[in-house]
Formats: sequence, structure tokens, C-alpha cells
Amino acid sequence: MSSPSAPASAESAIPAQRSGMDWLFAFAVIAIAIALTRVIYYTPFEAVQGPAQKIFYLHLPAALCAFMAFGVVALAGIGYLWLGDLRLDRAAESSAEVGVVFTTVVLVTGPIWARPVWGTWWTWDARLTLTLFLWFIYVGYIVLRGAIEDRALRARYSAVLGILGSLLIPFIHLSVYLFRTLHPRPIVIKPSAPSLPPEMLTTLIISFAAFVLFYLALVRQRYRLAAERDLLELEEGR
Amino acid sequence: MAPSTLSAALLIARKDLAIEFRTRTAFFSAAVFALLGIVIFFFAWDPTAVSSIDLAPGVLWGIFTFSGLLGLQRSFGLEQADRAIDALLGAPISRESIYLGKAIANLVFVAAVQIIAIPAVQLFYGVPLLEHAAVIALIALMSAIGLVAVGTLFSAMAVNTKLAEMLLPVLSLPFFVPIVIPAAQATARLLAGRPASESVGWLKLLLAFDIVFVVACMLAFPYTIEE
Repeated sequence: MSSPSAPASAESAIPAQRSGMDWLFAFAVIAIAIALTRVIYYTPFEAVQGPAQKIFYLHLPAALCAFMAFGVVALAGIGYLWLGDLRLDRAAESSAEVGVVFTTVVLVTGPIWARPVWGTWWTWDARLTLTLFLWFIYVGYIVLRGAIEDRALRARYSAVLGILGSLLIPFIHLSVYLFRTLHPRPIVIKPSAPSLPPEMLTTLIISFAAFVLFYLALVRQRYRLAAERDLLELEEGR
Repeated sequence: MAPSTLSAALLIARKDLAIEFRTRTAFFSAAVFALLGIVIFFFAWDPTAVSSIDLAPGVLWGIFTFSGLLGLQRSFGLEQADRAIDALLGAPISRESIYLGKAIANLVFVAAVQIIAIPAVQLFYGVPLLEHAAVIALIALMSAIGLVAVGTLFSAMAVNTKLAEMLLPVLSLPFFVPIVIPAAQATARLLAGRPASESVGWLKLLLAFDIVFVVACMLAFPYTIEE
């Protein structure tokens, strides 16, 4: 594995664009700052929930990005098994890690919002449960990757798990959904997807765009790290 | 002459079961583990607050997955000694037949543990499981097929990793959620004396899971073999 005193040959083989400014990342950070400014100062309070509702502009985009990230993991997995191109495996690896980060954001922001609005930190609502299991599946994916030395084997196993994980999602969703609806819950006020006023919708779209940009920037960074690590492993293996 | 996929699979299953039958170590430890689990759960609960009829389905199917993991762990671990797996891979049989054979052996193993565990739950929790033997057996079979389909594949993967057996539960348990929930819910409905038709939705979910994951895991298996 990599060590501080890596051979000089590996250093020199690292792509030159590594140094300097990562413009995509900078844009993404600025976009997030703009989105947050709009969320905090230029979007009206929701009438019933008050300020707590504003976490929604972080929560929903993060959730959508997480789903997108795991979709990329599955597609890249299928692509890898088909073509055997390690670039696809690096894309899957990067997307899975970023997806877990976004899922963590969803799991943290959800309870913070749920406490004042639903009156409880956690409830076994179908979507919450699904998100929690998504987190477990892809943390398992990362653990699996860390447990395999052989590069090609790691790529194949990850692809298999990434594909099976995406097949599992509808089943978990269906079973926890049926579980919840068959069991009436204690009375918890849940807003039934209201149609958003235009200002709120605009904020949501801006925030979503910022999150997608942030997702792409993180995946790109993580992809470069993976590429450099592969290069280093190759150099050391020689 | 190369045998067909199914006959090769049955040969492999017979080999695994013969090893298990001669040693019986894994079966006894899984069966004792299941019994212990059932007994320990009994003491983790206040019988005046929750009736055993509400608790038993969860205990039964929760323990089912854990004891199943014990059997799955040794499925491919068995082939690690002297690299016996290389002989299997060198045999003129398809990769699918290796997977299928291992899965059939695991299915028999898991079913055998269930044959001990289900009456034990009836005995210790005083719930009428055996009065609904046919439906319970159907739920058990469908759950076992799903568990074994996924577990056999992950067992093949886990043995080739640094973490070995430790990885199997981390990978498998999320996949067992859509097995445990329908199985426990269908059992709970039966025990509550509801008509079997109320459980049909859950059984359909189990069936769909079995079909999707048996096919997907069989297709994925050749990729998990270390050449």
C-alpha cells in the first residue's frame, strides 16, 4: 500500500493536472454557498413547520444525489463485468463512497428535522428504513473493497455487489412499505407532499443543481485518488 | 463425458452433504446455536408485557438467518483446505453447476436446522406453529431458497478476502431483510388465526425475491471465482 516514502518513479508518473486549482470543485463549493444563502435569506418560512422546514433543501437534494450515486455504482458494475475496464471500477468505487457520504447527510438531516416536526428523532417510516439499509449495503461495499488485495478480484467482487445491491433496493422498499402500511403507526403528523410555492421550488432546484455539481466534483476528486493509487500499486508491484 | 449442469450440481451437493454427515460438526453447532438463540430470546422479554404469539415469529426468523449464516460460512471455507476448490474448478463442469451444487447442499443444511428450530419455538413459546405445518413449511422453504441463493454467492466471495468469515454477515444481512420481514409477517398472521389468504402478498414478495436472486446470483457466480 502507499507509504509516505513512495518510490520517486511513482511520483513522476502521477498525472500533471493533479497540481493546481480544481475548478469544478471550486465551482461546486461556490454553488453550494449560493444555494445555502438563498435557502437561509431569500426563501420564505413554511407556514406550519417554520425554520425547521429549510433543512428540506439539503435533505432532498442529498437523497436524490445518493440514489444517483448508487445508480452509477450499479451501471459501472455492469459495464465493468462486460468490458473489464478498470476506469469503470474506479468510477464505481468513487461514486459509492460519495453516495455513502450523501446518505449520511440524509440520515443526519432527517432526524434533525423530524424531532421538531414529527416529535421524534427516528421512526420506522418506509423511506427512513430504506435509506438506513442503503447506507448499510454501501458501507458493506466499501468494507468489501478494503478486504481484497488483488486489483482485478476487487473490481469483480465490487461489481457483483454493486449490481446485487441495486436489485435489493426495490425489495427492501416493498417489504418495509408493506410492513408500515399493514401496521398503523402511532399518530405522527406527516405532511403529504404539498405542491411547493414557486420561491421554494426555485430554491430546491438551485440547491439540487449545486448538490449535483458537488457530487460530480467529489467523484472526480475521488476518481483521481483511485487512479493514482492504482498507478502506485502498479509501480510497487513491478 | 461431461455431466449436465444439474447432475454435476447434485454430485457436488452430495459430496458436501457426505462430508457434513460424517463430521456433523457444523450441523450440531448450528442446531445448538439456534436452540440457544431461541432460549436466550425468551429471557430477554417480559412475558406480562408482550404475548409470546407476538414475539415468536420474529425470534424464529431472526434466528433462522443467524444460524443459516453458520452453515453458509463453511460452504466455501470447506474448499479452502489444500485448495480443493482448484480441483472443482478444473473439473469439466460449468461454473453454474458448482454454484447450484453448493446452494443445494446449503439448502438441505438450513432446512435441517429449521426442522429442529420450528418445533423448538412451538415448545418453548407455546405457539401453534405445527398446526399450520403446511404453510409454515412453505414459508420456511421459500425463505431458505432466498437466503441460500444470496448466501452461497457471498460465501464464495468472502473466503477470498482478508476478512474471510467476518465479511459474510456484513454483506448478507441487508439482503436477508426482505426475507425476514415477509416470513415473520406471514407467520404472525397465521398464528393470529387470520386466514392464509392474508399472507399471500407476503408470500408473493418472497417468491419474487427467490426468483430474482437465484437467477442473478447464478449469473454473477462465475465472476466470483478466483482463477
